[in-house]
Amino acid sequence: MTLQGLEKNFGEKIDNEVKIEPKDWMPDAYRKTNIRQISQHAHSEIVGMLPEGNWISRAPTLKRKAILLAKVQDEAGHGLYLYSACETLGITREETINDLHSGKAKYSSIFNYPTLTWADIGAIGWLVDGAAIINQVMLTRTSYGPYARAMVRICKEESFHQRQGFEILLVLSKGSKEQKEMCQDAINRWWWPSLMMFGPKDAESTNSDQSMKWKIKRKSNDELRQNFVDMIAEQIKTLGMKLPDDNLKWNEERNHYDFGEINWEEFWNVVKGNGPCNKQRLDARRKAWEEGEWVREAAAAYAEKRK
Amino acid sequence: MNTQFIKKNYYGDIPDEKGGGITNVKISGQDWPLWEVFIRSKQGLDHKHVGSLHASDAKMAIENARDVYTRRMEGVSIWVVESINIHASAPEEVGELFEPAEDKIYRHPTFYNLPEEVNKM
Ligand SMILES: [Fe+2]
Ligand SMILES: [Fe+2]
Repeated sequence: MTLQGLEKNFGEKIDNEVKIEPKDWMPDAYRKTNIRQISQHAHSEIVGMLPEGNWISRAPTLKRKAILLAKVQDEAGHGLYLYSACETLGITREETINDLHSGKAKYSSIFNYPTLTWADIGAIGWLVDGAAIINQVMLTRTSYGPYARAMVRICKEESFHQRQGFEILLVLSKGSKEQKEMCQDAINRWWWPSLMMFGPKDAESTNSDQSMKWKIKRKSNDELRQNFVDMIAEQIKTLGMKLPDDNLKWNEERNHYDFGEINWEEFWNVVKGNGPCNKQRLDARRKAWEEGEWVREAAAAYAEKRK
Repeated sequence: MNTQFIKKNYYGDIPDEKGGGITNVKISGQDWPLWEVFIRSKQGLDHKHVGSLHASDAKMAIENARDVYTRRMEGVSIWVVESINIHASAPEEVGELFEPAEDKIYRHPTFYNLPEEVNKM
């Protein structure tokens, strides 16, 4: 088939909501965009284990410890589903991981913030996983088959994450004065970074059009962010807490919540690597990889010997 | 700051050139082999493909598959097959392979118009 024919064929599949599968012909840029997006998503799951892992040994009860352990283990699983999906596009696992360790590939900036108190674990589950869910539900309809299937699997597991987070905060919100303050403080610190998770405003993201045309993405940054604000602004009422935004209020006309301006300077700073924990996170990943090297080699040698 | 290449800072839209950091990462060129994982979700059902993973041998592949794909009792049995052993039909052959079945609608029960009283057949 000619290149034109292949492109036409591909375009028709996208138009007709037919998923693209690994062996199908696809434009190079489609492949590259997917590799970048899926691998960054995978890295986000893996690096995302670090801020929460910080609290596994310090969780206040055995029940909370078991829950947090299960949640963090889920995130490792999410990373693996996604690395597998990414590999179907023709990049090796090692290349993908090297790109993370070299700093070439990115992960979601939210994980460059520190987890200072136990309430942060609640805020992460509720806000960070909550934001992730909104994005991931959209991605269950993404056009690349393996990515969409990984998302379906992940979405099934995510709702536990958000619920356990909210429940942590709910308990704190009914506790002592100190616990209430801790709860509010965590919400204050995590609210804005969570909003940043959805990325720059649509007006500034000149390239996202192509991803929409290819149906890799199906909603704009602003749309997703608005969905998130509307959801959280309602849920927080149950906690009796406040979102740290004086401009947050229901807009009768738009049928949405209005909210204040995000600090974009902070956003770009963290993207560029100057967030509070960027270095610490990457160092931890590299260390884990390097210290696991002898295990990888020994297992390979053992398998070789038994052939 | 020039933001024109940035699409989105969520999963996947930070362009690689925004990176930096170290570059001398050791490359071994050797991942453990890739395995495809199939899970039987309950007795009486077929094993179904669920994804893939890397493992040094079959035993490790099964153990990893349990941790990665059955954390919530999704399975009662696991098959793993090294991916290089899977032979697949090519997407280009789709016409040749499957179109011949398309005009054989008489293979379907709905092709036959029967009187009402026996139409439950
Ligand atoms: Fe996740
Ligand atoms: Fe999660």
